[in-house]
Amino acid sequence: MAINPPSNRLWWKEPIHGIELGWIIIAFLWGLFMFFFMIAWHFIGQQNLSSETYKIQPEDYAAKVEAFASKFKVTDANGKAVEEDGVPVVRPPAGGDAFILARLWEFWPILELKKGESYRIHLSSADWQHGFSLQPTNINISVHPGYEHVFTLTPTGSGVFGLVCNEFCGIGHHTMTGRIRVVD
Amino acid sequence: MTTIDSAAVPAASESASFRVCRFSGLKIEANAERLIKVNAVAAVLFLALGGLMGLLVALTRWPAVQILPAELFYLVLTGHGANVLLFWIIFFEIAVLYFASAVILGSRLAAPKTAWFAFVLMVVGAIMANATVISGDSTVMFTSYPPMKASQWFYLSLIIFAVGALIAVFIFFGTLVVAKAENTYDGSVPLVTFGAITAGIIAIFTLASGAIILVPTWLWSLGLISNIDTLMYKVVWWGMGHSSQQINVSAHVSIWYAIGAMVVGARPLSEKVSRMAFFMYILFLQLASAHHILAEPGMSSTWKIVNTSYMMYLAVMGSMIHGLTVPGAIEAAQRRNGLTRGAFEWLTKAPWGNPAFAGMFLSLVMFGFIGGISGVVLGTEQLNVLMHNTIYVPGHFHGTVVAGTTLAFMAMTYLVVPLIFQRDIIWPGLAKWQPFVFGLGAAGISLFMMGAGTLGVPRRHWDMSLTDAAHAFEYPAAAYLMMGLNGISAICAAVGGVMFIAIVVASIFWGPRLDVVGAKLAFPLHEKSRESVSEYGSHGTLKLPGTLILVGIFFASFVLYYFVNWKYLSELWLFR
Repeated sequence: MAINPPSNRLWWKEPIHGIELGWIIIAFLWGLFMFFFMIAWHFIGQQNLSSETYKIQPEDYAAKVEAFASKFKVTDANGKAVEEDGVPVVRPPAGGDAFILARLWEFWPILELKKGESYRIHLSSADWQHGFSLQPTNINISVHPGYEHVFTLTPTGSGVFGLVCNEFCGIGHHTMTGRIRVVD
Repeated sequence: MTTIDSAAVPAASESASFRVCRFSGLKIEANAERLIKVNAVAAVLFLALGGLMGLLVALTRWPAVQILPAELFYLVLTGHGANVLLFWIIFFEIAVLYFASAVILGSRLAAPKTAWFAFVLMVVGAIMANATVISGDSTVMFTSYPPMKASQWFYLSLIIFAVGALIAVFIFFGTLVVAKAENTYDGSVPLVTFGAITAGIIAIFTLASGAIILVPTWLWSLGLISNIDTLMYKVVWWGMGHSSQQINVSAHVSIWYAIGAMVVGARPLSEKVSRMAFFMYILFLQLASAHHILAEPGMSSTWKIVNTSYMMYLAVMGSMIHGLTVPGAIEAAQRRNGLTRGAFEWLTKAPWGNPAFAGMFLSLVMFGFIGGISGVVLGTEQLNVLMHNTIYVPGHFHGTVVAGTTLAFMAMTYLVVPLIFQRDIIWPGLAKWQPFVFGLGAAGISLFMMGAGTLGVPRRHWDMSLTDAAHAFEYPAAAYLMMGLNGISAICAAVGGVMFIAIVVASIFWGPRLDVVGAKLAFPLHEKSRESVSEYGSHGTLKLPGTLILVGIFFASFVLYYFVNWKYLSELWLFR
């Protein structure tokens, strides 16, 4: 037995003091605001990640990216494919589909986009999970094998942008990079 | 008809041996005491191992130092996650659960033999996991996302550990039943025990999620299942991975209340409000699995918004309430203790020289300002794209788990050593500084990693200079500076960690004995520590000007930081 009887049995019947009640109301309203602001951003904001996704076998996705790259690859005056470190540069049509394949250990191919134009970017992995991290603009999206993620991307700046893998994908993880070029 | 002489077989309650703590007046049973001791010791040993690994990780990520080669870095990072996030924290939580049930309620521990069995399972699982990771064939990170595959022993070791922990949680619930049946307390359980029950309930959910995902993954590693869906794995795995951090939150909030009660005699301002805040955790904290799925394909925005906000931020509301009621209870108690001048005499003249109090209060402030605010921002559907898988994420959770939970657990240890081990803190002069050294380091690693993450530096990455990559990309110089400062902060935290472990181990073995007549505590408890911690009853809200100012500063920082990030998001490329 406890030595002393509790001082007040019916704690659940005590009134809540003004200071605490005030803070509870502020916290509740702030929570409601943050909740509805996420919904509102879907209407007022320009940065909302699409959830459009298709299931696909990794090898089928890789084949789609190959076909896309050979169709839209950039060639120089002699008709030779333009490459950077052995990775082809591909110029998808403005407003069209563009594919990126994440695999051990690169993002393939290099896209050349036009500033201010929108592209339907397809993103998936050929093997393990990877992380699409576009720098320095800092857009970070997970990449899964077996799921083809489609989102519409509109570059607002021009130049050469880095892609860095930010999901651990084995011993070569820190060498996994890619590139997106944006021209005016 | 045969009759059994019931007096001949003593009931378990009669055979249990108790002692009364001469300092706190708490009734402590021998089995509970032994099990708290072994779980706390195991916790501290895994903290030492995991902490050393953490220091090596931070020194490798300091670009000018880069102490480990790549392969070893990823191996050590995997071990760091498992040792500190799982083993240190869950062993200590089991000790806290036994303390909050058996010791605070003055009860015997239910089924001590089973509790020993649970402890052995946990030790076996934890050692096996370390052996598997160190052998080098399970460098898959703590999260072990498929289709990357670890050795079967890795998954099996975690399952064994989780089963042990689950049994221990049931021992906790069993002890509550025993205490109720044997009338060791009257009326409601005290608030600290209520908080521990919250932790226990979340632990059941967490460990069940772990079983649901790790058992099939283990079968997959054995070749018995052909495929693990990567997205399904993430949703269920984080039901364990994130919810286990919610056990921490419930446990360390309980510890805040417990230390406040035992050191300054604080009582909850209102039992109803504080319990309601814990109840919000039970209902909504488990939805946080979604925090890790915000940048994933395949999940709808509706699912993301409802889950990531813990159902309209009702669990965040719970934490914000504790953010008022914990310092409020301390302010009220200190004013009752006679420190009534101005808005802050209660705080400036608080027992800052007592490492239990200092650690507790630093944990409270840093968990709220660093871990809490960054967590809500990181968990906002759209804002997550700014920081997903950058080193901002470890920055956030070092603010919650290191500056919040670990510091609170360290603070609690300064009470557990004298009260349970009956040995006094051996070097009080050193112990006085320990929470500040560790806290400074923990704040540093959290803030600098968050800073570097804002600049895009990836987490779990050996080489941010991308030297061997085909398409190198140069991070800004500020990012390198941040990672260097992170390394320096990690050294500071490691010094604090070594101080902690040295003080605790030396005190347990060679500290002044407290079970002798006339022994005095180096860091005295409040004269009403037992009543404050083990009886319920609201104190009522007095004048709390100091707490209101602190809470006002917190809320202003929260709102400001939230909108700064929306501003930053609105400047990104457009995507939909």
